[in-house]
Amino acid sequence: MKEKEKKQFNRKLLMCFLKGSKRIFALSMLMAAVSALADMLSPQIVRLAVDNVISHNSGSSDPILVKLSSFLGGTDYLRANIWVLALSLIAVALLKAVSIYLFRVSNTAASEKLTKTMRDTLFVHVEHLPFSWHMKHRTGDIIQRCTSDIDTLKGFISEQMTSIFRIVILLAFSIAFMSGMNVPLTLIAMAPVPVILAYSVSFHKKIGAAFLDCDENEGKLSSIAQENLTGVRVVRAFGRERQERDRFFAQNEYYTGLWMKLARPLSMYWSIGDVISGTQILLITVFGSVFCIKDRMLPGEFIAFLSYASMLTWPVRMLGRLIAEMSKAGVSIDRIADIMRSKEEKETGKALKAPMDGDIVFDNVCFSYDNGPEVLKNVSFKVSKGTTVGILGGTGSGKSTLMLLLDKLYELPESNGSITVGGTDIRDIETKHLRENIGMVLQEPYLFSRTIAENIAITREKADMKKIVEASRAACLDETVKAFSKGYETFVGERGVTLSGGQKQRAAIARTLIRDTPILIFDDSLSAVDTETDAKIRASLEKRFGSACVFLISHRITTLSRADNIVVLDKGRVIEQGSHDTLKNAGGLYQKICEIQSGAETEAAV
Amino acid sequence: MKKSEKKARLPFFGIGKILPYLKNYKKALTVMLIGSLVGSIIDISVPLFQRYALNHFISGGTLDTLLVFIILYLLIIVSCAALNYASTYQGTAVEVGVDKDLRNDAFEHLQTLSFSYFNQNSVGYIHSRVMSDTSRIGTLVSWTLLDSIWQLSYLVGASAVMLSLNARLALLVLAVLPVTVLLFSFFQARLTKLNREIREQNSVITGAFNEGITGARTIKTLVIEELMGRSFTAETEKQRKMTVKAARMRGLFASTMHFASSLALAIVLWKGGIIAKTQIGTFSLFMSYAQGMMEPVRWVVDAISDLITTQVNIERLDRLLHTEPDVTDSDEVIAIYGDSFEPKKENWEPIKGDIKFDDVSFKYPDGDEYVLEHFSLDIPFGTSVAIVGETGAGKSTLANLICRFYEPSTGRILIDGKDLKERSQLWMHSAIGYVLQSPHLFSGTVRENLLYGNPDASEKQINEALKLVSAEEMVGRLENGLDTDVGEGGDMLSTGEKQLICFARAVLTDPRILVLDEATASVDTLTEQKIQAAVEKVIKGRTSIIIAHRLSTVRNSDVILVVQNGKIVERGKHEELMSERGFYYRLYTRQYEDEATFSALN
Repeated sequence: MKEKEKKQFNRKLLMCFLKGSKRIFALSMLMAAVSALADMLSPQIVRLAVDNVISHNSGSSDPILVKLSSFLGGTDYLRANIWVLALSLIAVALLKAVSIYLFRVSNTAASEKLTKTMRDTLFVHVEHLPFSWHMKHRTGDIIQRCTSDIDTLKGFISEQMTSIFRIVILLAFSIAFMSGMNVPLTLIAMAPVPVILAYSVSFHKKIGAAFLDCDENEGKLSSIAQENLTGVRVVRAFGRERQERDRFFAQNEYYTGLWMKLARPLSMYWSIGDVISGTQILLITVFGSVFCIKDRMLPGEFIAFLSYASMLTWPVRMLGRLIAEMSKAGVSIDRIADIMRSKEEKETGKALKAPMDGDIVFDNVCFSYDNGPEVLKNVSFKVSKGTTVGILGGTGSGKSTLMLLLDKLYELPESNGSITVGGTDIRDIETKHLRENIGMVLQEPYLFSRTIAENIAITREKADMKKIVEASRAACLDETVKAFSKGYETFVGERGVTLSGGQKQRAAIARTLIRDTPILIFDDSLSAVDTETDAKIRASLEKRFGSACVFLISHRITTLSRADNIVVLDKGRVIEQGSHDTLKNAGGLYQKICEIQSGAETEAAV
Repeated sequence: MKKSEKKARLPFFGIGKILPYLKNYKKALTVMLIGSLVGSIIDISVPLFQRYALNHFISGGTLDTLLVFIILYLLIIVSCAALNYASTYQGTAVEVGVDKDLRNDAFEHLQTLSFSYFNQNSVGYIHSRVMSDTSRIGTLVSWTLLDSIWQLSYLVGASAVMLSLNARLALLVLAVLPVTVLLFSFFQARLTKLNREIREQNSVITGAFNEGITGARTIKTLVIEELMGRSFTAETEKQRKMTVKAARMRGLFASTMHFASSLALAIVLWKGGIIAKTQIGTFSLFMSYAQGMMEPVRWVVDAISDLITTQVNIERLDRLLHTEPDVTDSDEVIAIYGDSFEPKKENWEPIKGDIKFDDVSFKYPDGDEYVLEHFSLDIPFGTSVAIVGETGAGKSTLANLICRFYEPSTGRILIDGKDLKERSQLWMHSAIGYVLQSPHLFSGTVRENLLYGNPDASEKQINEALKLVSAEEMVGRLENGLDTDVGEGGDMLSTGEKQLICFARAVLTDPRILVLDEATASVDTLTEQKIQAAVEKVIKGRTSIIIAHRLSTVRNSDVILVVQNGKIVERGKHEELMSERGFYYRLYTRQYEDEATFSALN
């Protein structure tokens, strides 16, 4: 993609993310300005006290000060009531306290709103990306983008950008107030600022690479530990404890050395920074004294100058770092934009909510993934309402593809035949409606890290315990679950019990059964279940099927034989079709498999 | 799974446990502490210069001592910077040094811990003990310490100067401090709690992302995109609310600090304004200190809260360092054979490869049922033993015992007629080649991985090993051959490729005893055939224990052990077991059918 288009997309994306938080950010910036103004005011009050109230001299004729003085009751009144000045300091302090509080809260509110928008948008987007997109992308990388890249972007907007704004405002106000008192001293006081800034920017630009190096080496050290822990069996079995220790020690030493190498320039940077800011105060002290003696300045102004200068020391140094680190966010926004640019699944046909309990007809279906070799060639068969079809085929025979097409997880191109449900082409059926009426159990099911009950009822807003147990019973899971100490409240996954492959498959079946869909697909869903349980599940499932259309993909004759119709697929073609009784003597592949599994051949082989 | 955290608190925030680690850095620590102490004292003197300028130059109308003043002032700036340099540099030295030593100790100790430890604690949990607890402690003994010294001495010094100049005014200013400390402590405690909750909620969100992305395909088939989206949005909303709540607390914190500074300033102006008439410099000095005192107070409160939170890290690390391994070599054994880090290979006798289980009973440390009871089996050198059974039936127990990853509860395991306990663990491990079910490679090149068990192997030996397991061609196809990077955990290679390399790695050590946990994961047919052929070749001339899934392996074994529900239920040769028509028979016929079906279909 062209660089310009990319930038434009990024900008649009950023604006979209900022929706709803822009105003709050604006409020926080306003509060930052108010708080900076409050910072400017208290030295002016002290100046008024020193120069016009306490001092016996005529004092300053600066219009701001005169106005301030008359606002507070005039010089004479203030002389007698110095507490008024103290009280006005407290009033300014209140303004400062309120504005800094509002700044903090609104800045966080805005940045959290932004983060939430980014996360929600990304999550919803990812969920709506097509099946094929998820097949192609590595999960680790996507998760990384959704978490740490979002954090970087959030940091950039809510910390870097707002801090830069705040510091610039503070600088501008200080310069304005200082030059209102004494222009030459302002020039002298501000002279070191560009030096500090330039030094700080160039230092952080240079040191950035070294920090990155440290980070990378910390990562290496961390992954040595990680690999050692995950591979602890290998380490022990090969008797490599010593070498592992030496490797870790060496990397630890190297990483520590990198930090020590960095420590010198870092400490140097801090110290030189101290010297420059110290010199700034020294310059103000010396020139301020000289100006005072030559009657070109008043002591209160001198004190105010010192206050302003010390207020700026840290922010200016920070500004340098912020400017140096600005470029980091660019990479993150690019990585997030990559995901956002991928197209979501879209409704293309008429989006009908057709009845889903009719006959299902595959007519001349052909399919290939991404212009690859054809995986389905002219597949035609019919599944009458309320019947069960068994599908037998090897790996790569296209049996799973067929089911993915039925569920519209891959789109069947216009000229490649058709699939109809109750006479309606599925291309014209609304995708959501279609999928809601198809219960598909994948071969390697994914369970969510929730309780078993929540997993079974994951498609339901409100879980009905009776229904959960019923579905669980039909999937022969009930007994297993009851044996767990927490029963249906047992937590699955990382934080809880690890289920075996067979238990997971049964949970996935229960989760599908509870949906009561008119179409059911079992894609080799019992591969990890032992023989006896397999038979039990089949028996209990048959009772539940009722008027549903059922697809059973399996390589076990005992499973297939109960189907009303059996389709045998080989390399994307239907090579046999019929009932068990017809096929078992038809002399084809099905008969061969029947013989293998009848035990006769096993006896002979043994 | 996490071990339940014991609540035994260490006294004095667990500092006692860290002291030994500071010994190596006495010099650095001393420079750091003295540097920050002196540095802060000099820092206190800066307002004194301004006082002098106001009192002497400005009020006196003279510049007589200006040159001396500038030189002295510059000296102060430079020496303060120099001290700062020394103390921060040495501070880094203490930080990274202590950090490094703690990490090394933790890592080394982990190399000696038993498998039961790794089974009971997740990798993530142990990993953060090694990486993050150590770094929290490193920060505590360096930066937190350095800052608190600097800030405390600033507080004390500034108070002393003020008291000596004007005791009454000083006391008035200092009166603000106790209230501030109380308020800060209150906020800090709340914030620590809130921050922990926010971190936890953050990991919930990361988990939700993980689930939404890893489970995306399942979510589509279940049509629960909206539902998942809603529950995700609810989690992010929770996070948002929590963070804003914490921001309110932080905002109050900041407001209080600013307000307290201004309050102190107002007191100076109100009660001390009169000094400005005669002693304007002293007035300015009070102002500087009054405003400058709140920051140090905040730092000290922060430091105390760090100390409290780091106590948890110290305790957890301490617990790791004091966990005793279940399997240990006796002192006598170590005296002869050396330990895992310093082996005395000159005393090692060569191994022949006879294994004998002598009335062995065993239960896992975290289980309550015996999985082996009075089990005896003679496995003379060259015998192949196959262990079969369903997934999760407990087939790896024997392998674990032979490798001495666990020890029998009663009874003995004899190697070449001598109890396994009479030799060191490393002696035994060096004689065993172990191929795991899920192939585990380390990041690095193919060559580095092959050399893992035998770093001295020659190029010729490498090639022979690769040839033996028919992996030559596969490695040849890789971009850089033997020097191809396999990625973290070997992720750049396919499962089949990893299996072949793990195989070659085990062969390269030319072990007398081979323990092989056959993979169940499906690989392509060609690789499958290669692995099958390799197994047959490799077990010749070795004692082999194979947790078997492949029929060919099972059929040709000298002894087959059939495991059901963690116990050995049948044992014998293939023909014997088949004629018994028991569990093995059923297992075998089903597998046979499956494989025959599979090959007929493809």
